[in-house]
Amino acid sequence: MQLELRYFASVREQVGQGAERADVPAEVRTVGDLRAWLRNRGGAWAESLAEGRALRMAVDHAVARADTPLADGCEVAFFPPVTGG
Amino acid sequence: MAVRVQHEDFDLGAEVDALRAGNRAVGAVASFIGTVRDVSEGASVSAMELEHYPGMTEKSLEKIEAAARERWPLLGVTIIHRVGLLQPLDQIVLVAVASAHRGAAFAACEFIMDYLKSEAPFWKKEDTPEGARWVDARVSDDAALRRWGIESFNADPSDNKDE
Repeated sequence: MQLELRYFASVREQVGQGAERADVPAEVRTVGDLRAWLRNRGGAWAESLAEGRALRMAVDHAVARADTPLADGCEVAFFPPVTGG
Repeated sequence: MAVRVQHEDFDLGAEVDALRAGNRAVGAVASFIGTVRDVSEGASVSAMELEHYPGMTEKSLEKIEAAARERWPLLGVTIIHRVGLLQPLDQIVLVAVASAHRGAAFAACEFIMDYLKSEAPFWKKEDTPEGARWVDARVSDDAALRRWGIESFNADPSDNKDE
């Protein structure tokens, strides 16, 4: 399954990129699975996407949770708590 | 368009004029402007960079406007949020709401700001004498949104046990 990944703010700085296209294995079915799969890259990935770390997620521009399912071609974003206004 | 994300500054008078233009049913307009302070968490701030998530930001603000319109009989809503590099004294955000009576205008204006603070994908990075730093989300902002009956786990997503 191909996914469009987006990273913002402190997460973007930590992982060193704002966007990528990733080919993920079939067992990656949810946003939580994807987060764990990315953590396996180690280093800054393991740190910035660590469990317990304040992190927000979105699928196709809508707020997502760990159990939100993924579909081929969807856009998944990881970012820290928002601080606008 | 009622929702705008832009680099350029905005003019409150012009925006309120546009909001009210030709609408004889409007009896009340409430507005809020957020501006850049020169002190944050005890450190002086010389500049601020505002990042956002193009595409999601606009959808998020439109959803917030729709939620306000469901709760109050509104005659007009304008939400403008700036992005990019800003200095102390600069305007960051404008919310203006028109309705027949003041109650709806006051309440909807505050509701929209409370919702935006915890849900719209913007991030502030401040320049201080100790270097640049990302602004931390506040639990008090989540509490402000909960007053309206909307759950928010922005500042501490781990509180959301379903995650």
